[in-house]
Amino acid sequence: MQPIDVWEVQAALNRFANQDVYIHLETTNGAYAAHHNEGFFSAGAYIRNGLIRFSRGKIVGNGPYRVGLKLDFGWVYAEGLTDWEMTEKGQLLLAGHDYEGRLAVALQLSHEPF
Amino acid sequence: MERHILVVFPHPDDEAFGVSGTLAQHAESGTPITYACLTLGEMGRNMGVPPFANRETLPLIRKKELEEACKTIGIHDLRLLGYRDKTIEFEDEELLADRIGEIVAETNPSLVITFYPGYSVHPDHDACGAAVIRALKRLPKDKRPVVHCVAFAKNCEQDLGKPDVIRDVSSVIEKKLAAIQAHRSQTEGLMKAAKKRGGDVLEWLKTERFWTYKWDD
Repeated sequence: MQPIDVWEVQAALNRFANQDVYIHLETTNGAYAAHHNEGFFSAGAYIRNGLIRFSRGKIVGNGPYRVGLKLDFGWVYAEGLTDWEMTEKGQLLLAGHDYEGRLAVALQLSHEPF
Repeated sequence: MERHILVVFPHPDDEAFGVSGTLAQHAESGTPITYACLTLGEMGRNMGVPPFANRETLPLIRKKELEEACKTIGIHDLRLLGYRDKTIEFEDEELLADRIGEIVAETNPSLVITFYPGYSVHPDHDACGAAVIRALKRLPKDKRPVVHCVAFAKNCEQDLGKPDVIRDVSSVIEKKLAAIQAHRSQTEGLMKAAKKRGGDVLEWLKTERFWTYKWDD
């Protein structure tokens, strides 16, 4: 992956608009967060291969970045995004890595299931 | 000497820190080992700086690392069960026990190594250990293999007592270090952090501890 280029990611988001796309969205503290620090409230969420359709996708911020996808009846968003990649299969991968290189958030779009 | 050892863990690298020395010693004395690994650790978080992996390539990397670690330890029968990281506790418990039971029936192990259910911190670890116990409980008590469990929850000594199997693995420490290093995507950061903290990491790695599972029936 490489550091996010806002213009290129915006162009990639546009290419997924107004069609059925598969989404992977996750955020996590890691399973050991509360083991290492008992005062830590561990939470996370994960959806893989949800089928969505958005009319507008937008990347904003000065880095780390935020991406919002406007659905017909709702929203999807992720914050803390730092890196991106377009795979050979045409999947858009967006990820937020913390200062030690750990994945903190992922937002991915694909025409085929992941 | 054991007849056959069956190891059941959910993630590539679960075998590295806690049991790879024990396994390498058994392999050296000629005991066949089967390692059933439930997932490919798809949800691992260490991606490196700059990132060397992404969410989609990580499982492929971890599979290769696992195969390399097994070669180092002397495990020739690796079974990848194809479940997904962090979802084991949501699977049907009976069906999961069926899969493990099939491998038990096929390999007829005298010793099974897994996580102690309820005392292994990660939900996948606890669910994996529970499935192994569920599978073995279906056997008559006198036909069940011995089960050595890994546990590291904060309350494990308070509840379970001291580990009753303590194994000095210094004779194979090079193999163990190589197995840990094979899981580069997960263990590199951990080893760096351990060294920074000080203390003798090597001394800690030279001893492996297990709790023999006590059947309640």
